[in-house]
Amino acid sequence: MLRFFFIRLGRAALTVALVVTFAFIVLRLSGDPALIIMSVDAPPEAIAAFRKAWGLDDPIWLQYLRYFSAIGQGELGQSMRDGRPAIQLVAERIPATLALTLPALALKLGIGIPAGIYAALHRDSLTDRIVMITAVAGFTIPSFVLGLVLVLIFSVQLGWLPSGGQESWRHAILPVLTLGIGGAAVLARFTRSAMLEVLGQSYIRTASAKGVPWAQVVRGHALPNAAIPTVTIVGFMVGSLIAGAVVVESVFSWPGVGRLLVVAVSNRDLAVVQCILLLVAVTMVSANLIVDLLYGVLDPRLRSGAKAGGH
Amino acid sequence: MSERLDRFGSVETPLVDIRGLTVSFDGVKVLHGIDLSIAAGEAVGLVGESGCGKSVTWLAALGLLPKKASITGSVRLDSTELIEAKPDVLDKVRGGRIAMIFQDPASALNPVIRLGKQVGEALALHRGLSGGAVKAEAKRLFDLVGIPDAARRLDAFPHELSGGQNQRVMIAMALAGQPDLLVADEPTTALDATIQAQILELLGDIRRETGMALVLISHDLGVISQTCDRVCVMYAGRIIETAEAVELFQQPLHPYTQGLIAALPPLEGVRRRLDPIEGNVPEPWNLPPGCAFAPRCPRHSEACDAGVPPLAMKAQGRFAACIKTAQAQSARTSEFVFA
Amino acid sequence: MSAPLLQVRNVARYYSMRRGLLGRPVDVRAVDGVSLTVERGKTLGVVGESGSGKSTTGRLALGLEKPDAGDVLFQGSALPALGTAEWRKVRARMQMIYQDPLGALDRRLSILEQVREPYDVHGIGAAKERDALAVKLLQSVGLRADQGERYPHELSGGQRQRAVIARALATKPDLLVCDEPVSALDVSIQAQVINLLVDIQQELGLGLLFISHDLKVIRQVSHRVAVMYLGRIVEEGEADLLLSTPAHPYTEALVSAAPVPGRRARPRIVLQGDPPNPAARPSGCAFHPRCHAARERCKVESPALLPLPDGRLTACHVAHDQANFLKAAS
Repeated sequence: MLRFFFIRLGRAALTVALVVTFAFIVLRLSGDPALIIMSVDAPPEAIAAFRKAWGLDDPIWLQYLRYFSAIGQGELGQSMRDGRPAIQLVAERIPATLALTLPALALKLGIGIPAGIYAALHRDSLTDRIVMITAVAGFTIPSFVLGLVLVLIFSVQLGWLPSGGQESWRHAILPVLTLGIGGAAVLARFTRSAMLEVLGQSYIRTASAKGVPWAQVVRGHALPNAAIPTVTIVGFMVGSLIAGAVVVESVFSWPGVGRLLVVAVSNRDLAVVQCILLLVAVTMVSANLIVDLLYGVLDPRLRSGAKAGGH
Repeated sequence: MSERLDRFGSVETPLVDIRGLTVSFDGVKVLHGIDLSIAAGEAVGLVGESGCGKSVTWLAALGLLPKKASITGSVRLDSTELIEAKPDVLDKVRGGRIAMIFQDPASALNPVIRLGKQVGEALALHRGLSGGAVKAEAKRLFDLVGIPDAARRLDAFPHELSGGQNQRVMIAMALAGQPDLLVADEPTTALDATIQAQILELLGDIRRETGMALVLISHDLGVISQTCDRVCVMYAGRIIETAEAVELFQQPLHPYTQGLIAALPPLEGVRRRLDPIEGNVPEPWNLPPGCAFAPRCPRHSEACDAGVPPLAMKAQGRFAACIKTAQAQSARTSEFVFA
Repeated sequence: MSAPLLQVRNVARYYSMRRGLLGRPVDVRAVDGVSLTVERGKTLGVVGESGSGKSTTGRLALGLEKPDAGDVLFQGSALPALGTAEWRKVRARMQMIYQDPLGALDRRLSILEQVREPYDVHGIGAAKERDALAVKLLQSVGLRADQGERYPHELSGGQRQRAVIARALATKPDLLVCDEPVSALDVSIQAQVINLLVDIQQELGLGLLFISHDLKVIRQVSHRVAVMYLGRIVEEGEADLLLSTPAHPYTEALVSAAPVPGRRARPRIVLQGDPPNPAARPSGCAFHPRCHAARERCKVESPALLPLPDGRLTACHVAHDQANFLKAAS
């Protein structure tokens, strides 16, 4: 088990390193931060000084090495804009993002999974079709369109809810809905197909044949098996708690990590962008790691080495 | 045994009595009125090729077909009608009075639930056991069906056991509710020959000990012949011949039964060219007008296409659905006899 | 005397298998020193249960897998290396037929196109005549020309297996390796395909390596039979002799376990224990834990495959001791 864990851990670390490297290269190639932050008309001496101060004159491999070893020491750099530690800037925004993504995750799980299960159990019924049409609509409509439509209806037409900002919990309702509906749709479709697959298996018939009441067949026999593939997609959703709200935060001017990222990218505020990407990579990879470990818990076939049973 | 059959081919005091059972999927009839009765303690074989309806008969009887199947007719267990029965009635019958086991034990057991728990579930449902009593009884059942190291196997998962051992677990699970009838649907088809022999022997032993009736569904005439008292041969959704096992294999009456036996390579005696049945089993949506076997039948004549021949008595205890088969006495002596 | 069609000499194939995700890799001997010979126009049946290595033996014989030891001779010369031009040339003369005809056929091509394909690949006949050749081939396996226009899923299982056989015959092979070719078919259809294979063999003088778990089918088609257990041949000989008077206790158990209609009264030998696991091969004779005749010697000493006076080969201490005793007594 330990060996398995360390292999996965090593792979996770490699993934994070690759993401960071990729981000570094793309950012360095996509424009000169000195020109953007100091503006093009700034005196050449000021720009040169800025470059020197941030080490932008050094060869790119040296910058990369410096950057990488800094990360190794837990040093994520300072914002080129106001000189504050990037990590601090990002950390300040995390609660705001979680205030959207956590309720949205609850919404996805709370609506998506039951809807998927219900649709599978009532396959080809009217409800099944309605759930599935809604689900297809829910995940084909891009979130900025959905967000705008919700704003049009609930803010502009009905005037019930604010269209942007962060003053009260009411401001969170529309962005949470926007995030939650799309995710719930994806999850409903996924859960439905996982459930249908399981319901067609021979062991479900066996359970019925030994007199287990249907509700208990579903709860005790179908759900534990359908949970195995569903965990993957839920893991992905947990992994995107930090980064999943970039578009929605922009639409609703919500001051979270996502908006910080958009601003930092347009400013070429390298340290901040890299800090956010690192954070995203780490959360995504940890979520994946947890999913892998959960597989082992849910599916005994994956941890068979522990027990030398059988032949 | 054959004396117990009345002139309609039914046993006199049936445990299970199936009358006129039909099943259709999306308007296509796959079962065309099955009449079959099983007496307490007897072993009946249902034999036929794929798609003949042998499994569907029992899945329909126990309400195990998907909802889109439309079922008519009657299946009575003692005085209880099972077709259209309420779920709680069916749940008591399934596993409690009639248990069923299936072909591929590896996929018929839930992969994420420990074996002891899967057997224990049936014990809790039908015997009202709980706690330690469940575990003790589950272990006793595992011992009974010959699973070595039973106590430890209770905590194992299906993938940790071989196919043969898993089929033993299925049998233990079926026995948990102390049923009056066990329906075994191709229980050995997925197993190796030597393991098949073990499982068939186990089924025989259990029947002798418990007096439980057995319905064995198989495509394998040999397996049926070794295990069953009475045999029903099915073709295209109908029973076309029924007789005591020994008589059926010594002197098959229906041309299809004769063909099936002749198509089987013998294991001893002179090797000769096989006599296959020409053509293919007709699709359920494209049945011939009269006898479904007529297009493949060596004794086919125009009269065969006029209507579906009923399962009629040809001699004491012998029934065949063939207008070409007269009384058994005058039927030609079969060439298809194997020692 | 010319060389036999196919000679498999002492081949072995090992796999490294991991038990579970975390287990240590175990060396599994799927095939462990197997020798067999297929003569022109004759059938060698290979029978065994799961884990016996019979299918691996078939793939080794065709050169689809490279043996870890031993060699395979086709008409007296070693098989060229896998994937080379010479190998393809030799492979055209050895064809394989599998259990699942639907899996062996391409769903998107009509039957005729698939039967024609080997002609195109190997450049047999003029391009214009190939359709006619393919139709002729279809007719020779009992399919009609109009059935050639259909797609695999539109045919029944038996018809598909006929199509597979037709395609295998296109290159005029000398050897057919059949791995459970009729196991997925219903009894009545099984007989049709068995007859077809026997007819084709007589007509074309093919050598057949026929692999099956079904003793009745093996007996029907085979001139000689080899019984495999845990990667080794435990008994080999003339089909009727072997199956009517088996010398090895495992063959005896297999014959006894074969379900034959009407054969009820006869006492059966029911082997105890699970089918053996190639990853945990017992010491001595691999069959000894399940053998009713096993002695102390069988637990430690692996028996060699040696001839008995009646000509068959048997790997069993007990059978050889009996034969020696009889010889000494007479």
